Amino acid sequence: MIEKALQGSSRYWTWIGFLLVIIGAGFISYLYQLKTGLGITGMSRDVSWGVYIAQFTYLVGVAAGAVMLVIPELLHHYHPYRRVVVFGEFLAIAAVTMCLLFIVVDIGQPARLFNVLLHPTPNSILFWDMIVLNGYLLINIIVGYNTLLCDKKGIPVPKWVKFFAYVSIPWAFSIHTVTAFLYCGLPGRHAWLTAIMAPRFLASAFASGPALLIVLLLIVRKVSKYDPGDKVLQTIAKTVCYAMIANIFFVLLEFFTSFYSNIPGHMHGLEYLFFGLHGHDQLVPWMRTAGVLGFLGVFILLVPPLRRQVGLLALACVAIVVSCWIDKGTGLVIGGFVPNPFERITEYHPTIPEISIALAIWAIGFLILTVLYKVAISVREQELS
Amino acid sequence: MELKRRQFLKIAGAAGLLGAGAAQGLFEGTAQASRVMHPEGALIGKRWAMVIDMRKCGEKEGCNDCINACNFVHNIPHFDTPKEEIKWIWKDEYEHVFTDISTLDPYVPERIKELPFLVMCNHCDNPPCVRVCPTKATFRRPDGIVAMDYHRCIGCRFCMAACPYGSRNFNWRDPRLGLKGRKLNYEFPTRMRGVVEKCNFCVERLAKGKMPACVEACKEGALTFGDLADPNSEVRKLLSENYALRRKPQLGTKPSVFYIIA
Repeated sequence: MIEKALQGSSRYWTWIGFLLVIIGAGFISYLYQLKTGLGITGMSRDVSWGVYIAQFTYLVGVAAGAVMLVIPELLHHYHPYRRVVVFGEFLAIAAVTMCLLFIVVDIGQPARLFNVLLHPTPNSILFWDMIVLNGYLLINIIVGYNTLLCDKKGIPVPKWVKFFAYVSIPWAFSIHTVTAFLYCGLPGRHAWLTAIMAPRFLASAFASGPALLIVLLLIVRKVSKYDPGDKVLQTIAKTVCYAMIANIFFVLLEFFTSFYSNIPGHMHGLEYLFFGLHGHDQLVPWMRTAGVLGFLGVFILLVPPLRRQVGLLALACVAIVVSCWIDKGTGLVIGGFVPNPFERITEYHPTIPEISIALAIWAIGFLILTVLYKVAISVREQELS
Repeated sequence: MELKRRQFLKIAGAAGLLGAGAAQGLFEGTAQASRVMHPEGALIGKRWAMVIDMRKCGEKEGCNDCINACNFVHNIPHFDTPKEEIKWIWKDEYEHVFTDISTLDPYVPERIKELPFLVMCNHCDNPPCVRVCPTKATFRRPDGIVAMDYHRCIGCRFCMAACPYGSRNFNWRDPRLGLKGRKLNYEFPTRMRGVVEKCNFCVERLAKGKMPACVEACKEGALTFGDLADPNSEVRKLLSENYALRRKPQLGTKPSVFYIIA
């Protein structure tokens, strides 16, 4: 089945080549980082996690794309999703792989990575995150691959595969919850110390994952003979809309609790991100853009005549993907470190090698996604003929 | 399939046990080493602590004796960029050290606002850094010292995010680059890039019967080190006679560094 990825048009190979160039550039930067240390990044004593961990956090969310299709299909027998779910699962595989890679490049001593297994420490949330992420990757590989294989052979999906599909539902919730726990259980980091972190992660995940999936399916429709159908796209769009409304609502709740209680430590993080703190406001334009894009996306998806226009649907989805990316992939992590425990402000600027490594991991993700989607599309096209 | 009552109870019981086991593991934040060997002549304590008397500290303007002693004893590198700074003990102002109370009270005497408060790892009773470490590379010894195993640390920096006191440093580069041309202490190892480090209350000196380097270096007698569990210790005497503060006590970490303000 995987051999289908080796046959493609020149456009396909150009795209693959483009990704490989970015991966190559990032790989060279990574060798430089391995040799000199994480000092080549913009991270510091005060902002000790940066782009890498932020991307990791965002992509854990994207990996949720699948479950928002698995639930209707499996639990509510919503059959239009039957042929599309696999695209969500493949997106999850690419996203979780990127997550794991972002962890690896962020670690100061990657050669010692397996110390986490050699000295298992259940009181560390990172230990559990390793388990749930690797488990989610495995489940999606099992379910996605086998479902597609059965489709190719034209046989029904066996029960044991369905079992793993059921397992993937609570598991998807677990990866976001555990990732939120990495942050929200730390004393003294007021911006993160909020019980609503896990629900917020889930909401933004269930918005940005399926939104990205819609964009990808629109591309699939354009470049192949397979069409998931407008009905499917519209249904996913409704899910995105609900989830994004919940996400924005949760962010507003954070504002209420912080500012109505008027506790300085609780306000500092949000002040820094949205209004600037003591003249430091480099993230303000970003966060405000995220806000505008979030509301724009929800508005388009909320009005049916707007949502039904493919162009606007794509715009709304891109707006939501970008909005959640800024919120989680930039603001959340950096905002938690500013101000530092001494209430001093150290700002963070990612460096070029750091960005190049991050881009390379994104390119690896897209490469995995392209190959898997190529295989899935070829099976779907075969079903059509 | 119908589940028999007995089977159900068995499964439920097993699940309960598993759950309890996991919960115990989860909340056992301060996993302790089971046995510590003490060499002959070592200083032994049940709960090491430090009392910093701010009435004495800062009497000599610009005094850096304790900091210099620590920097030498532990081969702490010096980098010009604050981004890559490594520091085990350093000075900061009242409003930055006692963030939670200072921001709300502007009427503190100017004299106190200008004092050079010494800050270091607080060697908490309930250390969040130990709780989050995925490899037990940082751990709490039975004598209360929060120690580091530089050879086990994978450099994930979760402990840096968890420490509410900003006491932890990461070696963003090879620390030996920051030691060039300096007199080195060959009795204490240099670290390597990619690992976290911080004040260790001079465990290596206690093992030889010596006081921490900073305490020994302070000529004003502002730093007192001793066993908090011993009611007759000097630290306990100071604490029973003077009102002392700890940093961010509301977080429940129970620091073992105390500050006598006035």
